Amino acid sequence: MDNLIDLASILRSKNAGPLNVTFDIIFSDKETFNRVKNSKIINKKLISELYKVDEEDIFILEFGVVNAIKITIPRKLTSGDIRDTDIYGCQQHGPLLTIKIP
Amino acid sequence: MKIVSLSGIIGYGYTEEGLKNALKQKIDIIGSDGGSSDPGPYYLGSGKSFTERNAVKRDLELALPEAIKRNIPFIVGTAGGAGGEPHLKWAREIYEEVAREQRLNFKMALIHCEIDKDYLKNKLREGKIKSFGNNPPLTEKDIEESIRIVGQIGVDPFINALKNGAQVILAGRACDTAIFASSAIKAGYEPGLAYHMAKIIECGAMCTIPLSASDVMVAEINKDNFILEPPNSLRKCTVERVAAHTLYEQVNPYYIYEPDGIVDLRKSEFKQLTDRSVKVSGSKFIAGDKKTIKIEGVKLAGYRTISICGVRDMLMIKDIKKILEDVKVKVEENLGNRVSSNDYSIIFRKYGIDAVEGEIEVLKDLPHEVGIVVDVVGKTQEIANVVCSITRANLLHFDYSGRKATAGNIAFPYSPSDIPVGPVYNFNIYHLVEVEDLSETSKIEFVEVGT
Repeated sequence: MDNLIDLASILRSKNAGPLNVTFDIIFSDKETFNRVKNSKIINKKLISELYKVDEEDIFILEFGVVNAIKITIPRKLTSGDIRDTDIYGCQQHGPLLTIKIP
Repeated sequence: MKIVSLSGIIGYGYTEEGLKNALKQKIDIIGSDGGSSDPGPYYLGSGKSFTERNAVKRDLELALPEAIKRNIPFIVGTAGGAGGEPHLKWAREIYEEVAREQRLNFKMALIHCEIDKDYLKNKLREGKIKSFGNNPPLTEKDIEESIRIVGQIGVDPFINALKNGAQVILAGRACDTAIFASSAIKAGYEPGLAYHMAKIIECGAMCTIPLSASDVMVAEINKDNFILEPPNSLRKCTVERVAAHTLYEQVNPYYIYEPDGIVDLRKSEFKQLTDRSVKVSGSKFIAGDKKTIKIEGVKLAGYRTISICGVRDMLMIKDIKKILEDVKVKVEENLGNRVSSNDYSIIFRKYGIDAVEGEIEVLKDLPHEVGIVVDVVGKTQEIANVVCSITRANLLHFDYSGRKATAGNIAFPYSPSDIPVGPVYNFNIYHLVEVEDLSETSKIEFVEVGT
């Protein structure tokens, strides 16, 4: 088992507009990308549990050109809401750091 | 056709070397994004820019005279950070100041992008306003309550301004891509390539190694491809960086959504041309059957006062959640009939525990030190001030169960401890309007500068 964060060369979150937050997990080689992809660990059920959002609102896509997996979820609060904790959405990847890949 | 992107946002800076090397080439357009909704709703609401006046002026002082001297159109969108009327006025004054100081004369197009409320109410009645995802449908009340509403223009108003001989275009709220794609589309290049190129260079040199939003980027668009090569010799473009930037801030990296259609990137190819340049081809534009303009509006949410402090006592930290709840109850008792609990909200942001991730935080170990931001939003600044001061005092002296440090519960780094922050805004409009004509939400004004 390896930590996802150790396998990824880029692992980041960022607003995609004020209503969504998007995560990019990019690997430096095809082999690692395929290993993570084929493990099927990163799926809607897992993201739903980690981020407490409905599976139907989760968007997961592989972008093979750069060995990337992309996840987008709706923000719980619109960016800048008085209770918002992360206006730019760039520190929302914490829960992804717990993922382990066989 | 060669297009320069000066900086991720005008005012974020760029290197003189980057500009100098870019200008050794035959450049057709110099552009820069001027803002973003990323810094949140405050700037659109308050009419202020998140960029600093002197920094914007510096970025203009170097590049604008070069553009005028060479007769290269100079284009900036989302002026003043948020692209409303006060932002456009603020930015315009900086252009005029630079023109005066450097004795420049030019024809400038100002594109006004604030949207009239009656126009939107009509669109709403006609059923022409749509929501994004789970965002609730727009109501007349939202439109009424909004302080300022802007519409993100696409390439059409830019093309109109260029056709009418504008040497400088200063636009209000605009799609980032429109700034850089408009001239290429006007010249007849494939819009798919133009938009894709624009999407990559709008952040300046973010698509290079080492990446920077504070440096110049150059793209050359051709009939079947575009080529990216950073002018600063410190940097290079790689396939990985360019393709990775295609992902950035996008929901779906295979499509770029524009007011007049979508760009399909499923067949895009990225090729390393030299060790510093990348060639991109295959990006195709598909015209939409409907034309849409994205609108953004904000309403006043209240006024904020904060107090920043720290807790080092483990006896307090271990029960901090309950203690903070109890403090809130005390504050409500203290305020009694003076301030209604409907007129304020208190948020304790617990840095070190869950202030960043909130309820989804997965790590539950308690730290030995916790930073607290006492965050009060009230109906007026006076309410926010009084509630913050009473909350801070109660938190300092709250006699929680098991307490041994009876002199005080929190460490203040500052005197004064309370900071009035001013008005707070919320995005209350973030929707799509169907339009007949992509120029109908904006208005172009031509002015002669410097004469």
